[in-house]
Amino acid sequence: MNESSPILNISIFGVFVIATLVVVIRASRNTKTAADYLAAGRAFTGPQNGIAIAGDYLSAASFLGIAGAIALNGYDGFLYSIGFLVAWLVALLLVAELLRNTGKYTMGDVLSFRMRQRPVRAAAATSTMAVSFFYLLAQMAGAGGLVALLLGITGTGGQALVIAVVGALMIAYVLIGGMKGTTWVQIIKAVLLIAGAGIMTVWVLAKYGFNLSSLLGAAVDAAPKAGEKLLGPGLQYGATGTSKLDFLSLALALVLGTAGLPHILMRFYTVPTAKEARRSVVWAIWLIGIFYLFTLVLGYGAGALVGPDKINAAPGKANSAAPLLALELGGPILLGLIAAVAFATILAVVAGLTITASASFAHDIYANIIKKGQEEDKDSEVKVARITAIVIGLVSIGGGIIANGQNIAFLVALAFAVAASANLPTILYSLFWKRFNTSGALWSIYGGLIVTITLIVLSPAVSGKPTSMFKNADFDLFPLSNPGIVSIPVAFLLGYVGTILSKDKADPAKQAEMEVRSLTGAGAEKAIAH
Amino acid sequence: MSTVDHTPSESAPDAQKWADVQASDDFAELKHRLRKFVFPVSGLFLAWYLLYVLLADYAHGFMSTKVFGNINVGLIFGLLQFVSTFVITTLYVRHANKNLDPLAEKLRNEIEGDGK
Repeated sequence: MNESSPILNISIFGVFVIATLVVVIRASRNTKTAADYLAAGRAFTGPQNGIAIAGDYLSAASFLGIAGAIALNGYDGFLYSIGFLVAWLVALLLVAELLRNTGKYTMGDVLSFRMRQRPVRAAAATSTMAVSFFYLLAQMAGAGGLVALLLGITGTGGQALVIAVVGALMIAYVLIGGMKGTTWVQIIKAVLLIAGAGIMTVWVLAKYGFNLSSLLGAAVDAAPKAGEKLLGPGLQYGATGTSKLDFLSLALALVLGTAGLPHILMRFYTVPTAKEARRSVVWAIWLIGIFYLFTLVLGYGAGALVGPDKINAAPGKANSAAPLLALELGGPILLGLIAAVAFATILAVVAGLTITASASFAHDIYANIIKKGQEEDKDSEVKVARITAIVIGLVSIGGGIIANGQNIAFLVALAFAVAASANLPTILYSLFWKRFNTSGALWSIYGGLIVTITLIVLSPAVSGKPTSMFKNADFDLFPLSNPGIVSIPVAFLLGYVGTILSKDKADPAKQAEMEVRSLTGAGAEKAIAH
Repeated sequence: MSTVDHTPSESAPDAQKWADVQASDDFAELKHRLRKFVFPVSGLFLAWYLLYVLLADYAHGFMSTKVFGNINVGLIFGLLQFVSTFVITTLYVRHANKNLDPLAEKLRNEIEGDGK
C-alpha cells in the first residue's frame, strides 16, 4: 500500500462528512413531531426510499466482504450475494406492503396489533434490540479493521479513537436529523457506493475487452494455488460434511433473515402508502441486484489484477481486495474515493441501526409499555428516542472497541439468524394465520431468540477453534457456526405449538381490523404535509 | 381510548365495519387474488433457491462443468437467480397494479368514506 495516502483518504472522507452534515441539518428543519423524527414524516417517495434501503442494506460487509471473498474463494463468495438478493422477494411478496398498512414506527406495532399489547411489544422490542445490537457491533468492529487498512492506523489505541469518532458522528446524524436526516445519509451513500462500484466494474471489464470469460481466465492464472477451483463452488465451504451443512444453514438464514431485519422493516414507514412501499422494494431489488453483479466482477478483477498473495499480505486480508483493486486501477485518488465510500457505508448503516433500536425503545417500551400509550406521539416520545440513541451510540462505541478484531462475519450471521428465527415466523403468522395469538407470538419470538443465541454460544464460532472468540475454552457442543437450519424451523414450530396449546383465543375483531387494514390500506398512517 | 395503539385517524371505522368488510365478497376476492399469487410464487422461488444452494453445496462437479470459455454451469445458474428475482419482481408489480390496487382502493374508499 505504498501509494496509499492516509491524508488524502481522510480529506475525501472529511468532505463526505461535512456534505452529509449540511444535508442532515437542512433536513432536520421540519422535524417536529414523532412521525417526523421516527418515520421522516412518511414523506419520502418510493424511489428515494428504495435507494435508502439499498444504502441501509449494502453494508461494508457486502461491499468489502463479498468482493474479498470472491477474490480469494471465488465462486463461494458469489453464493453470499445471491442469498442476500433473493431474500428481497420475501420482503416484496409477503411483508413490505402489509406491514406498511398496519404499523406506525416499529416492528412491534405489527406484531402486537391483535395481541395483548404489553408482553408482545416487550418481546418485539427485545428482539429488535438484539438484532440491531449484533449488527451494530459487527459494523463497529469492522470499522477498526478498515481503519488499519485505509489510514495506516495499526495501533489499538488509534483504532479505538477512530471507532469513537465514527460513533460520535453517527450519534450526531441521528440526534440532529432523525429518520429524515438518516435517510438522506443513506441515499447519498448508496449513490456513491453504487456509482463507485459501477465505475470500477466498467474499468475492470474494459481491461479484458468486456469479456467475462477472459476476466475469469485471468483470475485463475493469477491464483496458482486455487486454479480452476476458483470458478466453481466448494473452495470455502466444500471441505467437510459439516462445512457443507454450515453453508446450507447460512443460506437459509440469509434468505429468510432480510425480511425480519428491524432496520429494514422500519424503512417502509417512511413512505406515504403501501404502493410506495412496493415501489421502494422494487427499486431496492434492482439496485442491490446490480450492485452484487458489480461485486462479482470486482472480486474476480481483484483476484486477477491484484492477486491473492498481495491481498492476503495486506492488513485486513480479504477486506482489502476492493481497495487494493481501486489503487491498482486509479491510483491513490480512486483509492481515497473508495475508502471514503467504505467509511460512509459504515457510518450510514450504523446510523440506520441506531435510530431503529432507539425508536423501538421509545415507541414500544416507553410510550406503550411504561406509559401505556398515553405518551404516544408526544414530544416525550421523541425525547426518549434521542436519549436512547445517545445511550446506544455510547454502548456500541464501547462494544466496537472491545469487539475490534473479532470475526465480524459471525456477528452478521448471528443478526440474520435471529431475524430469521425470532422475527420472520412471528411476522408471517400474524399477517397470514387467523388463529395466531399472544402466546404463539411470545413463543416464537422468545423461543427463536433463545434457541439461536444458545446454539451460537455452543458453536465453534465462540469456542474450541483457533478462529473462535474464546480460543482457550472448549464448549462447542453444536457443530455449526450458523444455527439457522435448526433455529428457524424450531421457531416456526414454537409459534404453532404456543398458539395451539394456549387457552386464550385470537381476538376476532382485531384480526378482522388487521386483515382488512393490511390488504386495503384503510386507516393507514398518512404522510405529513409541511 | 381503547384504540390508541392502533387507530390514527379521527374517522376510525368501528369494529363492526371491519368485520363487515372482512366478510364481503370484494374483500374475499382481494384476499384470494393476493394469496393465489404470493403463496405459490414464494414457494417456487424458495424451492429454486434451495435447489441452487444444494447443487452448489453438494454437486461441485456438475456446477463446475464448463459451458463456453470459462463460463460454467454454476455461474449461469447463479446469474439465473438474479434473472428470476428480477422477473418475479416485475410480474408481481404488474399483478399488483392490475389486479390488487383497484380493488384495494375501492374497499379503502368505502371504509374511509363511511367514517367521515
